[in-house]
Amino acid sequence: MYDLNVCSHNREAYGRALVELGSTNPDVVVLDADLSTSTKTSIFAERFPERFIDVGIAEQNLLDIAAGLALSGKIPFVSTFSIFGCGRGWEQIRNTIAMDSINVNIVCTHAGLSLGGDGATHQALEDIAIMRAIPNMQVIVPADPVETRAVVQYAAAYQGPVYIRLSRRRSPHLFDAAGYRFDPKSYPVLREGDDVTILSTGNMIRKALKAAECLAEDGISAGVVNVHTIKPLARDAICSIAKKTPAIVTLEEHNVIGGLGSAVAECLVQDCPVPMRIIGVEDRFGCSGRVDELFEKFNLTPAHVAGVVKNLVRER
Amino acid sequence: MESGNYDNLNEIATRLRRHILEMTARAGSGHYMSSFSCVEILAALYFQEMQVRPDDPAWPGRDRFVLGKGHAAPALYAVLAERGYFPVPELMTLRQVGSRLQGHPVKSYGLPGLDASSGSLGQGISTAVGIALAAQLDGADWRVFVLLGDGECQEGQVWEAAMAAAHFKCDNLVVIVDYNALQSTGTLDEIMSLGDLRAKWEAFGWSVTEARGHDFGSLQDALAGARARKGMPHLILAHTMKGHGVPFIEGNLEYHSKPLSADELAGALHALEVRH
Repeated sequence: MYDLNVCSHNREAYGRALVELGSTNPDVVVLDADLSTSTKTSIFAERFPERFIDVGIAEQNLLDIAAGLALSGKIPFVSTFSIFGCGRGWEQIRNTIAMDSINVNIVCTHAGLSLGGDGATHQALEDIAIMRAIPNMQVIVPADPVETRAVVQYAAAYQGPVYIRLSRRRSPHLFDAAGYRFDPKSYPVLREGDDVTILSTGNMIRKALKAAECLAEDGISAGVVNVHTIKPLARDAICSIAKKTPAIVTLEEHNVIGGLGSAVAECLVQDCPVPMRIIGVEDRFGCSGRVDELFEKFNLTPAHVAGVVKNLVRER
Repeated sequence: MESGNYDNLNEIATRLRRHILEMTARAGSGHYMSSFSCVEILAALYFQEMQVRPDDPAWPGRDRFVLGKGHAAPALYAVLAERGYFPVPELMTLRQVGSRLQGHPVKSYGLPGLDASSGSLGQGISTAVGIALAAQLDGADWRVFVLLGDGECQEGQVWEAAMAAAHFKCDNLVVIVDYNALQSTGTLDEIMSLGDLRAKWEAFGWSVTEARGHDFGSLQDALAGARARKGMPHLILAHTMKGHGVPFIEGNLEYHSKPLSADELAGALHALEVRH
């Protein structure tokens, strides 16, 4: 059982997972663009300096160098902030990495609003959309440290490009290390519910669970499912959830255009239409502020989610 | 091949130009003019300088090649076919649906001998730096060659890669700039001057030599220099003529991407024979 008050950084779990991989596989190499102490690739760099490549502040070069390493049999993990890796490097990812399904693992941190005070230039709210639109790309958002480790191991074993989205913020410990097994086709149910299911991802799972607790007090039974793999979306899993509960709400720290909500809607509208609401940032840029203030400003709070769910359930 | 045997190489170059004309005419598109500019460079690499095994294209010990200026794909395909990686008649499938000869090189279509995709300008040299770093990590002695367009040097990413290759002391990386001084819509100096290109590369920490890009002896000297010098990446500024080999095309930007008419094709093929 999870405890929403015990939290740690998925980034650190990522850095430790890289060291584990590096210890057993000499082909694992790690690249960064002068942000290693933030992305936590520094943990790998300390242990395996000869397999750590810092290219400086040059994200386009970063991604294509990784492609060259992968073409030569290496297993590169590439990290920087999400806005720069996915944004500045989008065409490199599309044309050099994804087009040939080259085995580059792109792990970007500080996604969503999590850079708070740094403001809009550093807040990635479109990364899921732009990565998801590229053929061959997988898009995965782990929710806690245990899942992060498992996803990193999955990416290392999978032949082809993967985008892994991490936050700057801490995540609650949701899974037990001994029992957790990552399966991209199956989404962990964190809370059962009969009236509605909230599908969420990454750090927003915590808010989804809190919203479900609020809703229970009002007599609404809301389930919470962790949709870690946004592409390829496990459509069968999404449909079977939609058949169990008569309404679906998605919650993500991302623009409402193109992210988790869009992916789920694309599936449900074609395969299993049910009443649905998409909660995220409403097609706006972020701004400076403490992250908790930003969540209030952009309506990413348990209270807002509970309100949306109530309206949806009552409309039916 | 013995060094100094330039008659043979010049014959190969003429065959490559004929293939390029015929395949782009068949396709009804394709950059024959940019391809002509680098025919001798590619022939010098694939028939003299690079350690490759056409009957074992993925041989791990091979030298690698990345065509930064991917629009010269017809020239690369022609040299690969002449070198024996795949049958020459397949050249005629250029740009057709399902062909292994995509308009710009795409590795996953499985063309033997193609080491990397390219064509989005500026990306190939970064990919090559990654390949060079992999060789360093493995302590391997194979090398990586890149052909850059001069116009391509207007891409900022080229200079990110230039900085990195010098920083990482990639002396197993040889970049050749096809310096024909023309780009798609004008001369380099009209569109965006590169200034002192030699000084720029030197300032980035590269060993720079210049060569006459249609002269096998000059190219061979430059490549030998790159082979000998250690501790830094190598840049060869190869002075070339866009469209070289067919007088009415040479330096004439009207032909950057215009399909040749049947008459023009016949005239161009005739000009190749006469000149040779």
